[in-house]
Amino acid sequence: MSASDRPTAFDRLRASTRLRTLAGAALPVGFVTVLLLLPYLFLFAHSFFRLRNGQLTHELTLENYGRLFGTPLYPQTILFSAGMALRVTVASLLLAYPLAYLLAFKVRRHRNLLYMAVIIPLWVSYLVRAYAWKIILGQEGILNGFLMSIGVIQQPLTVLLYSKWAVMLALIHIYTPFTLMPIYAVLESIPAAYKEASQDLYASRWATFLNVVLPLSLPGVVAGCTFAFVLSMGDFIAPVLLGGNDSALMVSNLVVSLFGVAYNWPLGAAVSVVMLGMTLVLLTLARKLEDRMNYGGPADRRTGGPAPAAGRGSLHA
Amino acid sequence: MTPPILELRGLTKRFGSGVAAVDDVSLDVAAGEFLTLLGASGSGKTTTLRMIAGFENPTGGEILMDGQPLTLLPPFKRPINTVFQQYALFPHMSVRSNVGYGLRMRGVARAEIAERVTQALEMVQLGQLGERAPRQLSGGQQQRVALARALVNRPRVLLLDEPLGALDLKLRKEMQLELKRLNRQLGITFLYVTHDQEEALTMSDRIALMRNGRIEQLSGPREMYEQPLTRYVADFIGETNLLEGTVADRPTGGPADRRTALDVAGVVLEAVATRTWREGERAWLAIRPEHIRPAAATDGANRISVTVRDLVFTGVVTRVHSTLKDGSQLVFHWPAEQTPPVSGTTLTVCFPSERGICVSE
Repeated sequence: MSASDRPTAFDRLRASTRLRTLAGAALPVGFVTVLLLLPYLFLFAHSFFRLRNGQLTHELTLENYGRLFGTPLYPQTILFSAGMALRVTVASLLLAYPLAYLLAFKVRRHRNLLYMAVIIPLWVSYLVRAYAWKIILGQEGILNGFLMSIGVIQQPLTVLLYSKWAVMLALIHIYTPFTLMPIYAVLESIPAAYKEASQDLYASRWATFLNVVLPLSLPGVVAGCTFAFVLSMGDFIAPVLLGGNDSALMVSNLVVSLFGVAYNWPLGAAVSVVMLGMTLVLLTLARKLEDRMNYGGPADRRTGGPAPAAGRGSLHA
Repeated sequence: MTPPILELRGLTKRFGSGVAAVDDVSLDVAAGEFLTLLGASGSGKTTTLRMIAGFENPTGGEILMDGQPLTLLPPFKRPINTVFQQYALFPHMSVRSNVGYGLRMRGVARAEIAERVTQALEMVQLGQLGERAPRQLSGGQQQRVALARALVNRPRVLLLDEPLGALDLKLRKEMQLELKRLNRQLGITFLYVTHDQEEALTMSDRIALMRNGRIEQLSGPREMYEQPLTRYVADFIGETNLLEGTVADRPTGGPADRRTALDVAGVVLEAVATRTWREGERAWLAIRPEHIRPAAATDGANRISVTVRDLVFTGVVTRVHSTLKDGSQLVFHWPAEQTPPVSGTTLTVCFPSERGICVSE
């Protein structure tokens, strides 16, 4: 009894370990607080400030949110962005899943090379990739040039660039690797013995895919889709570069013009807060879904998870 | 004699361009038999099993089942099921779904599946755990589910790839008896892969001891233990003393007498010959420690003079480590009723000549 009252050498050691842990955590915690949490807090506060004659006042009000939900433009834009993001997500998934499957199971010799080929574009600046589409789709662009040279068209097509289709194409191109990575990670971690056991139990290759591989890969699919959806919904560069007259078609572009052009910071902040809320709800749902599909087997290593997406997605928003 | 259920004909597997993992293996498996492929890692036993299951394509040779070639059929078309080393239970399915998987894939009616799954789970004493997920079961229970999942399909041949490797010793012994019981009871042919010679001796009707992709010896467990053909077999199965020597003489008592004499370090010892030997041929004398005892004055033949080095008390027996004049080692069990010798003592030991086996390299 009395022994437990006095601090033992072990207790002292534990206390000093805790102190060191705390000291080590100070820098990253401080970093996140100053550069992420505080800005979010300012943003949140601004959304309740009143704008009077173009001047920001510190009077608290809910009228920014009133205007946001009262003006059709804002909900419409948010819904349109979500629709775009959904289509980008579906297209990315349809491209990424078969490719991830091939990489994980079919390719033997050049697997790393091919995986790098998919991943390397991620290291190329986003702007460069978006501009590349301008070069391909433009009036003097590669695609028009090619079509004219083989005589399919006489005049350059102007519908290619500056449309929501061009934006969607670029977004699919940019975010497909994000969808692929978690799916590939999950597929690769499925033990070969599961597939063998399935085939040993009379399941054809297709039945094995449907009954074993696909269900076990769903956590990766959810993670990948969350990446694609959140990132493309918050994107504002592709619409600016490729969206033309509809360049404010995505909600992030709206936020940019509210802050930068209209100088209506409170309304911009309100839109941002709504976007942030939607993103958080989505990420929470995705995390819940992933947890439910985790079976504790070797195939269930965490797949990077959607947590990093929160950072990037909301930076765009 | 009934025709074999499974025949391997010159089965060969090469990975890449390297050496053969399985090298020209031929083997007949009788219906209902418990046959074990025994061998160290890399001996080709698992590769052989995987070719029979259909997970690997042979580089050469043939696999026949009931006389029909099986070699080109994919795994899902073979009337064979496998119990995997790490069980490979599907983590996203309940125990019942796991067990019923094979029946579902073959389109068996739902009511029949339910009935057969229940039966199979009762057979492995897991009747109440059907709704659990595999991860909620202990290793031993998962092992039983894997067994039920394979047996519920009533395969012609059941392949078992070191299925007891992950279990603790006590559970392993229990499961060994259980597997043997199921083999007898169901009449299903068991083809079992293990590196554990004791496990092989306990369960098998016959053992194929594999080495470097070939079958070194194929025989019943007792024969393999008592009459090893080669030095490798004698050494792999149980504990044995191997004394190098030369064949000293032709068999002494005519062709029916399967005995020979071996010159070991200047002493002529009598041993069983499992084949014909030429005089002067290099050979090894294999004797189990339990067959060597201190010589009495009345023991005439097979006397060896040794110097005692160490005594090891193991509980069941006292093991004596000793050396011959030429320095070779000899281990034997000291009789419980006699006082153990002290280290450094020189004494004479002997063994019955029917217990010494003359083996080749």
